[in-house]
Amino acid sequence: MAESSELRPLIELVDVKKGFGPVSVLKGVALKAYPGKVTALVGDNGAGKSTLIKGLAGVQPYDEGQIIFDGEPVTLHTPRDASALGIEVVYQDLALADNLDIVQNMFLGREETELLTFDEGRMEREASETLRSLSVRTVKSVRQKVSSLSGGQRQTVAIARSVLKKARLVILDEPTAALGVAQTEQVLNLVRRLAEQGVAVIIISHNLADVFEVADYISVLYLGQMVAEVETAKTTRDDVVGYITGAKTQARGAAA
Amino acid sequence: MSVTHTPETPEPGTPAATLDTTAIAATDSDLIGSGQEGGIVDQARAYLSRLRGGEMGALPAIAGFIVLVVLFSFLSPFFFTERNFANLLTQAASLVMLGMALTFVILLGEIDLSAGVTAGVTMAVFVVLSDPGGAHLNWIIAFLIALASGLAIGTFIGFFRSRIGIPSFVVTLGLFLGLQGAQLIIIGPGGLYRIQEPAVLAIQNNNMPVWMGWVMLLIILAISFATSMVDRTRRTRAGVPNRTIALMWVRLGVIAVLGAVVIFALSQNRGTAFLAVTGVPIVVPITLVILWIGTFVLDRTKYGRWLYAIGGNEEAARRAGIKVIGIRWIAFVVCSGLAVISGLFAASQVGSVDAAFGRNDVLNGVAAAVVGGVSLFGGRGRLMHAAVGALVISVITNGLGLLNLPSGVNLLVTGGVLILAASVDALSRVRGTKAVEHPTGPFNVFAIVGFVLSFVTAIGGIVLGAIAVFQIREHGGRGRGLAIWAVAIGIIELLIALVIAVTAVLRAQG
Repeated sequence: MAESSELRPLIELVDVKKGFGPVSVLKGVALKAYPGKVTALVGDNGAGKSTLIKGLAGVQPYDEGQIIFDGEPVTLHTPRDASALGIEVVYQDLALADNLDIVQNMFLGREETELLTFDEGRMEREASETLRSLSVRTVKSVRQKVSSLSGGQRQTVAIARSVLKKARLVILDEPTAALGVAQTEQVLNLVRRLAEQGVAVIIISHNLADVFEVADYISVLYLGQMVAEVETAKTTRDDVVGYITGAKTQARGAAA
Repeated sequence: MSVTHTPETPEPGTPAATLDTTAIAATDSDLIGSGQEGGIVDQARAYLSRLRGGEMGALPAIAGFIVLVVLFSFLSPFFFTERNFANLLTQAASLVMLGMALTFVILLGEIDLSAGVTAGVTMAVFVVLSDPGGAHLNWIIAFLIALASGLAIGTFIGFFRSRIGIPSFVVTLGLFLGLQGAQLIIIGPGGLYRIQEPAVLAIQNNNMPVWMGWVMLLIILAISFATSMVDRTRRTRAGVPNRTIALMWVRLGVIAVLGAVVIFALSQNRGTAFLAVTGVPIVVPITLVILWIGTFVLDRTKYGRWLYAIGGNEEAARRAGIKVIGIRWIAFVVCSGLAVISGLFAASQVGSVDAAFGRNDVLNGVAAAVVGGVSLFGGRGRLMHAAVGALVISVITNGLGLLNLPSGVNLLVTGGVLILAASVDALSRVRGTKAVEHPTGPFNVFAIVGFVLSFVTAIGGIVLGAIAVFQIREHGGRGRGLAIWAVAIGIIELLIALVIAVTAVLRAQG
């Protein structure tokens, strides 16, 4: 993908609203994510990050608003809709089954079969290639049980799982929350490589150091409104903290 | 995906800075290991490290089985005879089937306390419908109706568990009580129906001709060979390494030798000079076929994989798009269906069905699964494990029965074995969740001496092993595994000595 200033967003949310009874959680939010770029979604607890993500995943559809995917308006009512478009979510609590091995986890729910029985060779090969394409070097065998993996390795498997079926938009929910320094570094490298493959990445994080290291764009949610969408290179950490806490707001035009 | 596999790669860590995965794979083509590389020695080493990681499977149960067989062979002259061996198989058959039935729900972390009474009430339906004095239906039709009622019970449990959300323990406890009532009403108070259909009695009491036993072994070998070859072909086609073929021959060899020993033993005349009894009991091939089908479904089809996934992490399975409710529902139906077959085996064995038929069986079935290595926490275990566990429990019942011990001893020993097995399960689960650490430092001397000594004197093994464990905990060092084995072997020897002593005392009194 050529570097250009006229990059078209892979996904664009326009004036998205979501409420639970009397509580309105998303009050007209806009969000863009670009192919080959990492967009960080930050905001304090209760800002509406999870609700926004659940809508993209099709788990909890929005009440109002437009979703434009690859230039076309789309609807996301079920997780199936989302995965049909190539939207994959890697959840914070790592949805992996401990008792299965890496290949089995990566293919869970979409196993390759032939005559109703597993084609283990093919699955093993694809899993292995996917991990290699992300330059994963810490995993010794793809037939290891996930229970024997470290936190960083599990995160790696969870991300690789999303890449496996050629995801076009990968949403990572706090991928480094429970990791040590070295493992955080590994996972952030992985996120970069994901973007380098042309995938649009949205990363949710509380850790601004991580955000500034990995993200191309930063979008800040504050009390259900998108208060800032900025390029990482053109902002400072103090500004972002200001947006998050509500002490500072961007020009209205850019946000709404 | 068209990817060429080139063995020599420039540098595995080259950052993949292009969009095209094919290009990436070309610069970086060697695959991540799959644990299938290397010769027999590497495979054996990998197996040992899995064992150490807590994936023991049926190994403790198999070891227990061997120990019990050796023990009872010393204690009773009748134990190690062809006749008793055949008895053991037929006595175990119903429990094997019940254990396999329960494995389907235990793998989900669920339980079916009503499996035993499901067998009971459906057999009550069966005898009432097929009895010559009653409805006198063809036995096959009667059995199909019994099976259908079993499946209906499973559907009922599945509905209340999956749709209403009642814990399976509670639903099946309710059924455990309710179905006993249904059984009592169907049979009538104090009633007892004798099984009169020869075909049903034949399942447990007749044998196949000797030659059919050998044919059965050949079929088992052929199927095992064929599935291995299919797997290998698919792996080769995908370009991933295969386990060394020697391993397959070893496996087939072990099946051939063990199978030949069993069939040869069952081919000897175990009746009298006037009425010869030879051959493999008919129940054995029926059980093997169901075991094979079940294992095939669990290991090689989506249903089986999803069952394991739900047992391991229900939320992960749900997010992967698996319809958890349906999978769980089907598991309860399968469990009840197999329970009906277990009931048929038991009815054939006992020869009659009364109002209490099957009432006390379910906990033995759970025990069989757990003793064999099926984890009550869900997600781990195989049908084969339940079968081995059922054999262990049956050996205890059979062996202690031959010793003329009070029947209370049987229950005590079975209970002890169950707790031991559950402890192994819980401990190996804890070990399995930790990444395997490799301790360094010198080998603990007490551990080595204790391990050797444990084969000579039980007390020495326990004491030195315990000292070693504490030393290693305090000061580090290697040999913790050896030390634990020393203690374990010592305790097993003590238990065996205790059983022998009790037997001797009771014999002297009686």
